[in-house]
Amino acid sequence: MTTMVSAAEEFVPPSAPDFWQPLVGTGAFAVTRSMIVMLLVTLVLAVVMVAATRRLSVVPGRGQYYLEGVYGLVRNSIGRDIIGSAHFRPYVPLLFTLFTLILLNNLMGIVPPVQFPTMSRIGFPLALALGVYVVYLVAGVRRRGLGGFLRNLVPSGLPFWVVPVVFLLELVTFLITRPVTLTLRLFGNMFAGHILLLLFALGGEYLLLHGEGLLKLVSLPAFLMFFLFTAFEILIAFLQAYVFILLASVYIAEVYADDH
Amino acid sequence: MEGNLAIIGYGLSAIGPGVGIGLIFAAYVAGVARQPETRGVLQTIAILGFVLCEQLAIFGIALAFVFS
Repeated sequence: MTTMVSAAEEFVPPSAPDFWQPLVGTGAFAVTRSMIVMLLVTLVLAVVMVAATRRLSVVPGRGQYYLEGVYGLVRNSIGRDIIGSAHFRPYVPLLFTLFTLILLNNLMGIVPPVQFPTMSRIGFPLALALGVYVVYLVAGVRRRGLGGFLRNLVPSGLPFWVVPVVFLLELVTFLITRPVTLTLRLFGNMFAGHILLLLFALGGEYLLLHGEGLLKLVSLPAFLMFFLFTAFEILIAFLQAYVFILLASVYIAEVYADDH
Repeated sequence: MEGNLAIIGYGLSAIGPGVGIGLIFAAYVAGVARQPETRGVLQTIAILGFVLCEQLAIFGIALAFVFS
């Protein structure tokens, strides 16, 4: 954003290149701002988790109480209710890690000194989605074997000439659509939300500094909208973290569903 | 006035999900009003439907920036 100096007479709306912010180096090996945010989030998470769980007690203290609340949400209302009480246990660490990591990274989009959502660079959600992808494919193949896994894609009782079509559709869904949608959803939401904030902030700044006469007053509603959407982003940050692990557990649950 | 046709395409692609999400939450509200005790189950289903429906708009915004 430092390039948006007041010398520019014409308003330049924020666009995709604004999210590419290398700090050290250039090209593919640059250390970008999103990497630093990710590192920061990982450190904060590690410290908080270790500090809150080091002295576990039956009657929880305040830190343990809040952490158990988050853990309970992931374990019970997502893991147990969707994957099913028989099989959910091995997946709870994965879901909990994904949830806390995504939630904190998304919240970094509005926490003042950082204010950059990591997930608005598509590489980060892609890596997380590929992790989920490998998990549900490996779980499916390990449960039924490769042949059984492929056979199970098609529901039984279909007319024989529909089977190849449905098989192809389901295979594309499993192998391509699911990881792509999982990636794009998280990326798109954080990217669009942050670009909206940028638009209100930069637009307000432009109107205030370069507007003439009464046009300066129009910057007030722009800044007001900026504050409102910042609050709205908290909701989106939570919802997207929740939705990511909700879909991950739905995909995993399908491995254990016996009818189709 | 300058602009980009791809962004209009995003606007068009957001119509369908808009209508769909409206229908999903209308059904959710009606369901909870009839049987308040099913709120927990319906909430998960509603959010799942909302997310799958929203996907088209997300594709729209991603493609709008790809083609702009």
